[in-house]
Amino acid sequence: MPGDRAAGGTTIALLASELRVLLRRGRTWAMFGALAAIPVLLALVVFFSASPPGPGEGPPLLDKVTQNGMFVSVTALVVTTPLFLPLTISVVSGDAIAGEAGLGTLRYLLVAPAGRLRLLVVKYAGAAVFAVLAPAVVLLVGWAIGSALFGVGEATLLSGDVIGPGGALARSALVALHVAISMLGLSAIGLFASTLTTVGVGAMAATAVLAVVAQVLGQLDQLAWLHPWLFTHHWLGMMDLLREPISFSGLTDNLVLQAGYLAFFGALAYGRFTTKDVLS
Amino acid sequence: MTDLAVETRGLTKRFGHQLAVDSLDLAAPRGSVFALLGPNGSGKTTTIRMLLGLAAATGGTARVLDHEVPGGLGAALPQVGALIEGPAFYPFLTGADNLARLDAADPRGRARTRSHRVAEALERVGLTKAAGKKVRAYSLGMKQRLGLANALLLPRELLVLDEPTNGLDPQGTREVRSLIRSLADGGTTVLVSSHLLAEVEQVSTHAAVMHQGRLKAQGTLAELRAAGTAQVLLRTPDPEAAAAELVRFGLVVTGRQQAADGSTDLTATLPEDAPAPEYLVAELVAAGVGVRGFEVRRPSMEELFVALTGEGFDVAR
Repeated sequence: MPGDRAAGGTTIALLASELRVLLRRGRTWAMFGALAAIPVLLALVVFFSASPPGPGEGPPLLDKVTQNGMFVSVTALVVTTPLFLPLTISVVSGDAIAGEAGLGTLRYLLVAPAGRLRLLVVKYAGAAVFAVLAPAVVLLVGWAIGSALFGVGEATLLSGDVIGPGGALARSALVALHVAISMLGLSAIGLFASTLTTVGVGAMAATAVLAVVAQVLGQLDQLAWLHPWLFTHHWLGMMDLLREPISFSGLTDNLVLQAGYLAFFGALAYGRFTTKDVLS
Repeated sequence: MTDLAVETRGLTKRFGHQLAVDSLDLAAPRGSVFALLGPNGSGKTTTIRMLLGLAAATGGTARVLDHEVPGGLGAALPQVGALIEGPAFYPFLTGADNLARLDAADPRGRARTRSHRVAEALERVGLTKAAGKKVRAYSLGMKQRLGLANALLLPRELLVLDEPTNGLDPQGTREVRSLIRSLADGGTTVLVSSHLLAEVEQVSTHAAVMHQGRLKAQGTLAELRAAGTAQVLLRTPDPEAAAAELVRFGLVVTGRQQAADGSTDLTATLPEDAPAPEYLVAELVAAGVGVRGFEVRRPSMEELFVALTGEGFDVAR
């Protein structure tokens, strides 16, 4: 198919345009708003409840929140990772190509000519940027509300070690990074789903369903052999980042796994998108 | 460089069992305003999609601006502006932002000149006042104008306009016609498709007529007009004698109708090798036939178009 040629400067320009479209969209800000509501709700509930949550009560780490506001971010990230965050990722990645096809803008981008491979790369890059921004919103809002309500102090890690405020800040940022990386594979799956249809909602739903199914499969002990291959396998592995000494092996394993999903579904998306007739 | 901007040989597109385009041989010369005519469903848009690389051909070859399709389209498309099957935009962006977005996808669309070119293109289609409005609030006609503006963001060698007057009021239709004329005067080749001959007949130099995926006729407008057989209309009080006389000169009488003044209107086809009309009239009078009216008619483009594609509201399939 035509138009596939390297064009360094203009690819950057196209990515910038892609991000502008993403960030000018009401839908994107609605999702950021919904994500921001999670740490706010969490912090308010803990702040106004009569007795502080005891160890092991409620979502993970909730009991740490009162010691150090930074933990609001971490708890909110852990809470949003299984479902809420993947939903937003599914919306953005599932809509990447299908949404343009549904609007009819895909044919105009292609005859511009954007180049099919270039457009696919830019679309994935846009979804990846969103996968970084979404947990970053939770992180930053969590920091803001947590430090306002609970202050910033020393924090006790899961290993029992005590770290200072700076350390807590760094750890919670690392957790957000882990969550962002976790979403890269799902974004690739969404991109592939997006090349299969001109109905954006269909691709979004399929992607979200896969995220849930993978987590359900991850719960079944009978499928233990499969678990290391599921893209959701390390999703809740951020706890390793909250121990002393800190272990990065989960982070790197996750990165390798997500890169594998990106390579596989990226190749499928390429094969599909560069050969299909654009008739919408 | 050949003198053809668009050339197809045996171009074919099959969807399942249906041949949407059937061995099409198009030849649109550079500098022409080439009208691709045909009723809805005749394969015009599918042809355009193949020419622009949106759909792959099932068979045959195509060249656009001397580049193979689809292999060379990366080089050809930056020289092509297009409006394909109606305008399509992001409803949540303004008109100007939509143009900037599509310009960013064009390898020739330099960021430094972008806002200037966008403003110019909007001005050209009369949308300057609506530039800052979200496209959501645009009427169909305004979207159509914005689609034309997108095709005009950069100077192009070839413009492909699929049904450019859809949704436009008569005033807008006239504006599009004068826009096409001014672009053609500037040397741009314009390939314009329409199901309404009247919309493009005044501006086009060449035309091709498609019906059910097949090419029915192609050439300059003059060639196409000449292709129809001429007819003689004769009003006479002596139809029998007149018919005998016409047949003697090789004409075929095809119709006979009672006229108001008690005479008869005879219709006959006039073969190319028939005698000149004035000679026929002289012979008729010499044979004692009363001639109350005599006319040689060539079919209008409209009649030709209907003859080639059939009439009525049914879509082709």
